[in-house]
Amino acid sequence: MALIGTGVLSGMGVVFKTFLETYPWGRVVLRTVGVKPTNGLVTVEYPDVKQQHAERFRYFPFLVYDQTPDNLRCVACRICEQECPPQCIHIIMEKDEQGRPVKNHGRTLPKVFDIDTSVCMSCRICVDVCPFDAIEMDNTYELSSEGRFTEMIYDKQRLLKSDEYFHSIHPEEAAVVDQRLAAKKAKAAPSAPSQPGASPAAPPPAI
Amino acid sequence: MPLSQVWQDLDQLFVHAKQFLLGVLPEPWRPWASMVVTIGVIAAIAPAIMMYLTWIERKLIARMQNRFGPTRVGVYGLAQPLADGLKMLIKEDIVPRGADRLLHTVAPILAVVPAMLVFVITPFGRGMIGADLNVGLLYFFAISSIGSYAIFMGGWASRSKFSMLGAMRAVAQIISYEVPGVLSVVAVIMVTGTLSLTGIVDAQADQWFVFTPWGLVGCLMFFLSGVAEVNRTPFDMPEAESELVGGFHTEYSGMKFALWYMAEFLESFAICAFTVTLFLGGWHGPNIPFGIVAVLLGMIIATGSRLPWPVRVLGAAAMAGALVLWGRQPMPSWIWFFTKTYALIFVLVWFRGTFPRLRVDQLMGLAWKFFLPLALVNIVAAGLWVLIPNPILTWVLSTTILMASAWLLVLANKPAPLARRTYVLAD
Repeated sequence: MALIGTGVLSGMGVVFKTFLETYPWGRVVLRTVGVKPTNGLVTVEYPDVKQQHAERFRYFPFLVYDQTPDNLRCVACRICEQECPPQCIHIIMEKDEQGRPVKNHGRTLPKVFDIDTSVCMSCRICVDVCPFDAIEMDNTYELSSEGRFTEMIYDKQRLLKSDEYFHSIHPEEAAVVDQRLAAKKAKAAPSAPSQPGASPAAPPPAI
Repeated sequence: MPLSQVWQDLDQLFVHAKQFLLGVLPEPWRPWASMVVTIGVIAAIAPAIMMYLTWIERKLIARMQNRFGPTRVGVYGLAQPLADGLKMLIKEDIVPRGADRLLHTVAPILAVVPAMLVFVITPFGRGMIGADLNVGLLYFFAISSIGSYAIFMGGWASRSKFSMLGAMRAVAQIISYEVPGVLSVVAVIMVTGTLSLTGIVDAQADQWFVFTPWGLVGCLMFFLSGVAEVNRTPFDMPEAESELVGGFHTEYSGMKFALWYMAEFLESFAICAFTVTLFLGGWHGPNIPFGIVAVLLGMIIATGSRLPWPVRVLGAAAMAGALVLWGRQPMPSWIWFFTKTYALIFVLVWFRGTFPRLRVDQLMGLAWKFFLPLALVNIVAAGLWVLIPNPILTWVLSTTILMASAWLLVLANKPAPLARRTYVLAD
């Protein structure tokens, strides 16, 4: 009979040690007996306690603006809209009555910029293809709501977030982006101050 | 019994409270009122015990698996059983098409009633017994074996293959394990010479039976057979969820399902309680002053960081009051009984956390090839214990007999080594 023997008891001992490890007093008991306890409980009680996620953690894109919300980097070129694999981005350029693009801070700008959170798959392709580093990945993840076609569609106002915010959530990535933008500005400044952003540079390398 | 004396003796607190209640009534009503009070207390306590057994089980098993267990409903998840009960009550009661509606309804009730009837003869403390039958042990075995009828009835009435298979497994298992279960108690009956549970507990005032060779073997066999009889892990073949969905209760939902669980938990409690009564000294315990327990409990309640502060203050104050009132009295018998019983409940959960389910042949082999012969040898050992007056000789003799026979049985039950299979076609 394999049942009768010390294996049964030693198995029970292992379980009892695991049981004690989950309590602070149990860890004290184990230490007094001379057993080195490990950290028994690994559960993070989510709504009360939030896990510290890695810096590279990403969930949903947002639009970056510099200084003021009207000074957004996006020029409504619609590259991200076309590259988006699940096609969750919808962009309409701001135009005047004659159908000419409106310019703000020397750049065209989107009138409508919607992203459907329930379709977005967090692939980050929009960030990779954007020539202006205008769209970046956010790390908020509590986006669920009941309004499928209202609250879950993020419009331009809700997508706009400052460059400082980008620095605060992804400092490493933001530093690289800043470097690239500075390099581009230095290159563009002597030649043509008239049309900044009209000639898109090569897509930035993937980070 | 005047009210002022009810509070004097902590050990007899509930007995005196009942006497005080009865004393209020006129003389001819008293026997009936006594019955009503006893039945009412048991009927009220049994579901409460069951509900919190589920909480205890979930908490303990979670800790053994590095989890928290229920924490969301109430402090430490303490309201979880209430929420579960409410959920069960408002759930739809589904009876499968073609099922026997009457038997399907009767079966869970038939399972719960015996489980509660067993509480009548459980000696919870000194003088705290519903009915001190002189055939108490016989009553226990007679009543508790009704559960197998209920399980088979439920499985049959469900008109489902899984239920039927589970029910057949259950009947085979329960009947197999009843034999060593009863035979291991025969030793106790031989030594005490009584079937009354009060008599058996009284006989253990000096020495708990578990501290004798035959008592230890009998205790282990009775407890393990009991675990098998109430279909708990590692003997949970009848409801093996990985094979049979839910076994005999596959087709049950809502309150009927809750009744099945109630029966199972009450039976586990009964098995633990009767192991305590028969082998672990019942409500006897070492003479420890109650004050120590009161201080410890007060400290635990006062430092429970998640409890709301009024509870902490009130609990600590209550314990301080108890310390002043009863601090010098010995630990009450009912606290000993419940402490031992819940320790065994912990062992049950511990088994569940440790052991994987037995195979059918291992399960039956354990009952028929190991427990049954060992129980018969155990009766012989108990007989020697009674017959031989010399204590040293009887210790040596019965220990030798039991150890030798256990060793021989292990040897005899070793499976024959299988010849190495060669697959001709594979070569």
